[in-house]
Amino acid sequence: MTTGLQVRNVSKNFGGLRVARDITLDLPAGARTALIGPNGAGKTTFANLIIGALEPTSGSIYLDGHDISKLPEATRVGAGIAKTFQITNLFRSLSVRDNVRLPILERERRTASFLRRYDGDSAVEEEVEKTLAEFQLLPLADHLVRNLAYGQQRLVELALTLSLKPRILILDEPAAGVPSSDSHLIIDAIKRLPADLSVLIIEHDMELVFEVANRIIVLVNGTILVEGTPQEISQDPKVRELYLGAGHG
Amino acid sequence: MSANSTIAAARPQIRGAATFLPPIILLAGAFVAFWLFPYDLGFMTRILIMMVFVLSFDLILGYAGIATLGHAAMYGCGAYAAGLFAIHVSADPLLGLAIGAAAGALIALVSGLLLMRAHGLSLLMLSIAVTMVLQETASKARGITGGADGLTGISMGPVLGIFEFDFIGKTAFWYAFCVLFVILLVLRVVVASPFGLALRGIKDSPSRMRAIGTPLYRRKVAAYVLGGAIAGIAGALTAQITSLVSIEAFNFALSAEVMVMLVLGGAGRLYGALIGTLVFMTVHHIAAGIDPFNWLFVIGFMVLAVVFFLPEGLISLPKRLMRLD
Repeated sequence: MTTGLQVRNVSKNFGGLRVARDITLDLPAGARTALIGPNGAGKTTFANLIIGALEPTSGSIYLDGHDISKLPEATRVGAGIAKTFQITNLFRSLSVRDNVRLPILERERRTASFLRRYDGDSAVEEEVEKTLAEFQLLPLADHLVRNLAYGQQRLVELALTLSLKPRILILDEPAAGVPSSDSHLIIDAIKRLPADLSVLIIEHDMELVFEVANRIIVLVNGTILVEGTPQEISQDPKVRELYLGAGHG
Repeated sequence: MSANSTIAAARPQIRGAATFLPPIILLAGAFVAFWLFPYDLGFMTRILIMMVFVLSFDLILGYAGIATLGHAAMYGCGAYAAGLFAIHVSADPLLGLAIGAAAGALIALVSGLLLMRAHGLSLLMLSIAVTMVLQETASKARGITGGADGLTGISMGPVLGIFEFDFIGKTAFWYAFCVLFVILLVLRVVVASPFGLALRGIKDSPSRMRAIGTPLYRRKVAAYVLGGAIAGIAGALTAQITSLVSIEAFNFALSAEVMVMLVLGGAGRLYGALIGTLVFMTVHHIAAGIDPFNWLFVIGFMVLAVVFFLPEGLISLPKRLMRLD
């Protein structure tokens, strides 16, 4: 059986506008793939197609050989696909600890339970503390997320998503809006991700891309322009033209 | 001992005080009110029932963030179901409460399956529409509900087979208080459960909840049904204690007042619902007594002041005052 995520000839139209065209790619276990491209290339749309927030107009998406193209978002998350948001999307009036606790409870299928306290399960609590410690968030654990600096919120976003223990992780511009003084926190956290986790990073920050990705896909106008190793991509004339302008010699 | 471990050691004590103090204050408050205002037991009982009703709305709006203007639908169904049950089947009050809860839950389930797919303005409009349909149905089914004259002839048996409803309203007061107390304790368990945390997550960010795999629709319907059951209990209490179910039980103004009481006290805190109801009904009672034609001005200004200066409701007043130091 094929493991990991396979995308086959996926297209998405919004009325007459084609935002994803015939995209085919593989995300095997342990992949560190970066998806780059200019604004409006369709990167976030593509991420939303994988996570199930959008349904493809045509084509199929397979997880471990099973077609998941028609499954709703919640079911895909349960199957092991998770995504961080381009613009931080957290539970702002909950504490950092609750932001990490809630996905763990959801992963363990506990959020339908009425009868016990949400902080009453020692195994869950242990995992919450471990995750907070991993992301150096323990000193902020009892702070409300809305009171944190943006860089810290991005870390919570990452901690929250990883609490789902995904097998396929999509990071949508994880360093967007983070001051350069704090971006090492994000880069370090990405480098520490489990080796068997398959990661797709959508990012504009080339420094981050070249530091963490071992394969890069360039998306332009909803279609894959070129893909290859970081070295191949950096030397590709089409990419150089796209990023540095036609006159670059 | 380090500062962190001192804080960690103090946490269970703080949680213990937070757990036991408010119910004790509530109980003490009921005793004081009972002795201080023996001739206002009817009015105070109405406040207690309305507290149950507003608590049910707090679960839906305050915790899950589901804004509706049709909460009277469940209250009215609970009232009619309990009234009809008392007339035709059994005069036992507790059985009647169970029937009221079941009726409230049933109508919340049936309407919630549709309503919980809607958002924002559509949800507000649909919730009003459901209540209007029910009001019209109750009005037309004159043979069963008494129509515009209301459902009369309700006569209740003693509570637990012991406490007869008396003319002064002592039994009604303590009966309503006990129901409120139990509902409050139940809701405290619910909001402190994983389900309660999930509701707060839904209120904060539905898209993020979906992205962590929560079946959003099912959780919202479950919250709506639970809130509906409690609203049904409030309606049943009204029917049992006043021996009358008016068509006004489905009134739009009632749904709107419940929202005002909750916002006034502070949504998503349970005790905010109690404070908001107490303040709203007391001010309403006094202001209407002084000037029966212009009392709405007082309520209006009060709500304006709270929304502008205390957006988290009256329950946040002590914290706000402490911050002024």
